[in-house]
Amino acid sequence: MALTCIQLCQRCTSLLRSRSVGIITLQYSTDAQHWPAALRNSFIVPVLPSVLQRSQSPCQTRQRWNLGVRSYCESHAKVQPKHRNTDELPGTDMVPYQNPLSHQLRDGGMHLKEWETALDLDDAPGHSALEEISHEEAVRMDIPAALPPVSISLKDYVNGSETLSKLVQLGVQLWKLEQRPNVGSMLLRLDFQTDVTPRLVFLKQLGVEDSRLGHLISHNPFILTESLENLQARVAYLRSKKFSAESVASMVSRAPYLLNFSVKRMDNRLGFYQQQLGLSAQKTRDVVARLPRLLCGSLEPVKENLKICKLEMGFRENELQHIVTVIPKVLTANKRKLTQIFDYIHNTMNIPHDLIVKFPQVLNAKYLRIKERHLFLQYLDKAQYDPAKPNYISLDKLVSLPDEAFCTEVASATLKDFELFQKTISYRQTPGLLRDDTIHEDGDVKEALRRLPEKVYNDRMFRLKRALDLSMKQAVLPKEQWTQYEEDVHYLEPYLKEVIRERKEVEEWSKK
Amino acid sequence: MTTSSVRVFHKLEGLFSIYKPPGVHWKLVRDTVETNLLKGINAAPPPAPRQRVQFLAEPTSVVAEGSNELILSAASVPALAHHPLVCGPEFQHIGVGVGHRLDIFSSGVLVLGVGQANKALTDLYRSHVTRDYTLEGEFGMATDNFSHTGRLIERTTYDHITRDKLERVLAMMQGSNQKALLTYSKVDMSTQEAYELAVKGELRPDGKSPPIMTGLRLLHFQPPHFTLEVQCLNETQRYLCRILHEMGLELRSTAICKGVRRTRDGPFTLQHALTHQHWTSPDVIQAIQQYRSSRKARKAKCTQPGKDTGTASQIQEMVEEAAVTGDSHRLHSVLTSKAFGS
Repeated sequence: MALTCIQLCQRCTSLLRSRSVGIITLQYSTDAQHWPAALRNSFIVPVLPSVLQRSQSPCQTRQRWNLGVRSYCESHAKVQPKHRNTDELPGTDMVPYQNPLSHQLRDGGMHLKEWETALDLDDAPGHSALEEISHEEAVRMDIPAALPPVSISLKDYVNGSETLSKLVQLGVQLWKLEQRPNVGSMLLRLDFQTDVTPRLVFLKQLGVEDSRLGHLISHNPFILTESLENLQARVAYLRSKKFSAESVASMVSRAPYLLNFSVKRMDNRLGFYQQQLGLSAQKTRDVVARLPRLLCGSLEPVKENLKICKLEMGFRENELQHIVTVIPKVLTANKRKLTQIFDYIHNTMNIPHDLIVKFPQVLNAKYLRIKERHLFLQYLDKAQYDPAKPNYISLDKLVSLPDEAFCTEVASATLKDFELFQKTISYRQTPGLLRDDTIHEDGDVKEALRRLPEKVYNDRMFRLKRALDLSMKQAVLPKEQWTQYEEDVHYLEPYLKEVIRERKEVEEWSKK
Repeated sequence: MTTSSVRVFHKLEGLFSIYKPPGVHWKLVRDTVETNLLKGINAAPPPAPRQRVQFLAEPTSVVAEGSNELILSAASVPALAHHPLVCGPEFQHIGVGVGHRLDIFSSGVLVLGVGQANKALTDLYRSHVTRDYTLEGEFGMATDNFSHTGRLIERTTYDHITRDKLERVLAMMQGSNQKALLTYSKVDMSTQEAYELAVKGELRPDGKSPPIMTGLRLLHFQPPHFTLEVQCLNETQRYLCRILHEMGLELRSTAICKGVRRTRDGPFTLQHALTHQHWTSPDVIQAIQQYRSSRKARKAKCTQPGKDTGTASQIQEMVEEAAVTGDSHRLHSVLTSKAFGS
């Protein structure tokens, strides 16, 4: 008697836990007051008759329950598309329940699309909860631990899900991915054998190293949902553009989102870089291979950076080409930081354009580093950047050497001295020219200068004359007369903007 | 169970000072330090992965049909729920508190505290510690926010300013500040107690007070540039710039502030402040230990003559000692004179 009771209880609990979504949630509804009334009445109990109609046998029972575990997680993942639900019950998302087994059944079971079609209320279910089972069957049943229907974290599902545990073994950072909206549910829904493995094999065949696969998927989990044909087409496109196999592998591994972009978009970008920069095909390939995220991001920041380099900084076409081939990062650098560094190098350190083009790595360095080292050299009277004169210090050494090497080789001082000097730095000034005094003069700028008020124009002339005079004497302004940072008003900017706007208007009109 | 990360975190709980570079918001500095400390804490190797036991039934082909036995095999399976890739690094946020703040264009000593030491930070500031500043000024200009970052309003001549005129003005300002100090200390001036406190230099404002400068000194004067050293409490950097402006007005000219550099904040001096290359956990741990040992040494020195005063006044004692001995000041005054001598 007791034995049959135990069997019955086991049967009930197993059914309750594993298969029936609705029963569990109905249990919740009895004690949860915050369920909306409408939902309580109308909640449908999704029954999966495919399972219930199958014949009973011990091994099939176990298989069924095992299948049940996985589909349980996914079924809940489907019912709550917002994976980041808090502990509140799934009352907010009234998503119609879909049969998750449709793509899970591999042993030739029935493929069911909508539960309504499969549910036949007139059929007697194959197994009722009160049916007696044999002792062997009861003992063989593998009762999985109850998985929470809703969770804010993937760690509740990682032990039960093959996909997740294999991803962890690869080195994917699940804790970062679960913070992104919908990514957690997407990963749970993937099947390792059919979805993940083919793509991993594809990436390996491409040449991506095993150690990088984890990094790639951590940054771009959507590569696992991209269709294989698309991925292959994009790789074929890159190969057709004469990127070598190794460079394609390195590009994919360093820009994880690369293969998610369409061929048309990549083609558009490659064409843009080749056209705008005026580089040969080989050089464009080199630039893109060195910085593959140029093909991923938006083109607007690149266009703005190019404009800044041409207009504000006054680099010529060939100079810009050289800079970009040496330091492609200039194209995606932060505008404000780039102008700040250039302003300091050109106006404070008085380094001419050709020297900056010779050492473009200064544009990639940190502003504070350049400033501190320059001020230290100035304090030691060693700040001499003109190659024609003795005791010349190259910009490369100024910027690229680590601190200790810089102190001993370049400044001939100890690291301690450098640190003591760093602690005396306060906000410094720029010498007597303002930013707009040194702007490269093209047609727009000439017109803007013509429009300046007389006083501003006279001041500018005075400053330029003084600067020319000093450069002739190889001298610098006395420190008292250096321009403070905020005294550096961009007086030409409003006029320049006006002139450019007018010119564009005229061009628009003449086009029509 | 304390992991090595927790142990490293406990070592990091303390007060230390850094040198804030000019042109950078203090919050960015604090965030950078927090990121670096987190890197150091999480760099410790993770604990060994936990295992869980899973019972698997033998496949039915092995077991004879019709037998009532069930053979289970135990398998030790790694429990991935506590793997660092699944739950993230142990520490994702630590509380780094900032002492008296510095605005964007100032540089200097910035006191930070980690974890439990933030309580000590509030105690430190409630005890009215003074701060030392080096102000670089320039005569002949007036701007709308009294510093070089503002819009220029007025230009004046400054040829008539001599060193002794400047020092006279400074003495006058110091006098008025001293009077303010006496007023706000809320001590009855006609008592013996007041006299003793004043002699020892322990007069401090009781509760809230406006900014008071307890010391003012001219370091360097080369018209139009000059450098002042100020010891003050309850100040803001903007107030200090205003002081310079008012000083210019007193001298029948105008002045602006070109640089504000904090050289001491309470017991934290420039000597032990960490520059940005050293904003890492081993250097911070060393700085914390250094501060603690120096504090112990000062406490031992203070309690030797048998005084039984509270920590607050002890800190003030140390502060006064530092000001009187002027070791740190000598160092940076040498540096500043070299830097500005042209």
